[in-house]
Amino acid sequence: MKWLRENLFGSWGSALATLGILWLAWTLVPPFVQWAFLDAIWLSPDSRPCRAEGAGACWALIAEKHRFILFGTYPYEQHWRPGVAILLLLALYVASALRRFWRPALALAWLGGLALIGLLMWGGVPGLPYVENERWGGLTLTLLLATFGIAFAFPISILLALGRRSRLPAVRAICIGWIELVRGVPLISLLFMASVMLPLFLPEGVSIDKLLRALIAMIVFAAAYLAEVVRGGLQAVPHGQVEAADALGLGYARKTLLVILPQALRIAIPPLVNTFIAFFKDTSLVVIIGLFDLLTSIKVALGEPMWSGFGVEAYLFASLVYFVFCYAMSRYSQDLERELERNRTHALKGT
Amino acid sequence: MRARAAALQLALVAAVLFVFWYVASNTAQNLEARKIASGFAFLAREAGFEIGEAPFLAYSAADSYARAILVGLINTFRVALIGIVLATMLGTLLGLARLSRNWLLAKLAALYVEVMRNVPLLVQLFFLYAVITENFPGPRDALSPLPGVFLSNRGIALPLLAPHAAHAWIGAALAAGAVLAWLLARWARRRQALTGQPFPVFAAGAALVLGLPLAVFLAAGAPFALAWPELQGFNFAGGANLTPEFATLLGGLTLYTAAFIAEIVRAGVQAVDRGQFEAAYSLGLPRRRTMRLVILPQALRVIIPPLTSQYLNLTKNSSLAVAIGYPDLVSIANTTMNQTGQAIEGIAIIMAVYLTISLSISALMNWYNRRIALKGARA
Repeated sequence: MKWLRENLFGSWGSALATLGILWLAWTLVPPFVQWAFLDAIWLSPDSRPCRAEGAGACWALIAEKHRFILFGTYPYEQHWRPGVAILLLLALYVASALRRFWRPALALAWLGGLALIGLLMWGGVPGLPYVENERWGGLTLTLLLATFGIAFAFPISILLALGRRSRLPAVRAICIGWIELVRGVPLISLLFMASVMLPLFLPEGVSIDKLLRALIAMIVFAAAYLAEVVRGGLQAVPHGQVEAADALGLGYARKTLLVILPQALRIAIPPLVNTFIAFFKDTSLVVIIGLFDLLTSIKVALGEPMWSGFGVEAYLFASLVYFVFCYAMSRYSQDLERELERNRTHALKGT
Repeated sequence: MRARAAALQLALVAAVLFVFWYVASNTAQNLEARKIASGFAFLAREAGFEIGEAPFLAYSAADSYARAILVGLINTFRVALIGIVLATMLGTLLGLARLSRNWLLAKLAALYVEVMRNVPLLVQLFFLYAVITENFPGPRDALSPLPGVFLSNRGIALPLLAPHAAHAWIGAALAAGAVLAWLLARWARRRQALTGQPFPVFAAGAALVLGLPLAVFLAAGAPFALAWPELQGFNFAGGANLTPEFATLLGGLTLYTAAFIAEIVRAGVQAVDRGQFEAAYSLGLPRRRTMRLVILPQALRVIIPPLTSQYLNLTKNSSLAVAIGYPDLVSIANTTMNQTGQAIEGIAIIMAVYLTISLSISALMNWYNRRIALKGARA
């Protein structure tokens, strides 16, 4: 009772706000529950029951198209391969999130895991028929784009961040140029550039496929944003650390690799995860240049006459999928930030 | 050591130059092979495509590509500017709601922020577009949540102030009031510094800014008439009619960016130390002046830089218009590229425009940061 009085009816304004919210909930939530759950059509091979009078949400669209949404146009009888690839990726994400696994072997696990995923997806060895990457799609492609994008952009971003703080003017100018140019333009212009201009840049006869072109644009983009986060981490390393390393007589490479970077990256982990989230959301833009990711497969499914007109259900589902991944990452980054903060204050108290 | 550094830089510059030369020579060869003439001469040619909405600048398919791109630029600015204003208002309200002592309100705002920040803007745009075009009724049975506001699958119709000759004078009076208020504030600050006598700047300034236009408004005979949208044939005429594409893009950008602005506002207010409130109270400053003179300047110093970068993000995100068919700069440049094959020039135009916007805003930001830093040093 006391809690209610203090937190919901603390003042006239507060009481009014509480009543307003309760009234809104009263008018909006029951019809939504009715539509989304009670009247919903969960399973149906076609859309006829969904179009009947009084029918609620048409989740049957998702149920019917779930293989397509997960795997795109990958050959149907080979769907277990992208399925295993998704599970492998998820296992790698979870392992990387657990601090107990933060050791050099994790990098090896990533290398091995990604190689295995490549082998599974492409095939071309006995028992695994070759599948060209034009046919990869759905959630698989979204996860692959995000993972490979980050995996390549991250090392580049470290070089860019170090270059931006370098004492060599030419190095600094090139790194600043890359970072500021890319951050100044929308991702979509880079994707257009990759899809229409990259073919012009290459000598005649050499061509790279659509997926790789988009991936290159995403890497160039992500590297610029990650570089600024890494730079923030580098700036947060106390200057005494640099001086101590100099006093020990360490050269630039060993000073950077052994003293500065480990501390800088540790500080930068929470904002790095936030950049990963933004990048994961940005992979949805490939729909505009016609790559077959999660969002594209949902759009294509809606394009069929049978399922057209159920955009609200389809995009709610897409939102849910993206939300699950992004929210997990954002909660993780918040928890980690709190934990690192606690460790730091403990360490300070210890000295 | 120095020699090594010079050699390293020389090698790097040479490598970059080589890549540029290689790309340029390949491109020249490819263009020649495809018989595409490079250069911006195509801009003067007839565009030949219609644009769904071209406010402020008349346009028809017979006009040039340059004019079409200009229409796109205007459309980009139109959606970005209105979006920035609306997102700032909504974001500030949400940020303050998250700090509210009302538990329900704070949680509701937090829920909004979490959901909006963790779903891609493009998915939200597709969702909104589906809601408007598939689920809203036709214009004949349009929803009318407020008198004069109609929601239908043809977009959103709103009442608009009917134009009147006196409106330009009212605008001039507003500008004059703002200038006078600024001069008054300067004079009052100097007087207070010299004599210690305070002057009710806020009240007097507000009276000037609002009072002058009001006086002109009344003198002109209070020309206040709204043009109401009315159903004519298959759509609404009169008032302002937002197309489904514009409404989707504006709504999506506003709702999405507001979630980020809410977090910035919250962080800014929380960044002001509690001791600052207490110190101001113990100096005997009343609550309003504590907010205005002590809390707000410190909170704004934290808020403004990330807020500007959100404004830039909103402007860049407006390029997602191409996915739902709103004719912004990117989508018109895209059509132009597809028709003429002038890919390099088209992308150069897009990038030049966005870079100009970004670089000028960041120049403005640096100027602002220097200004507030100087103030801090003087204090």
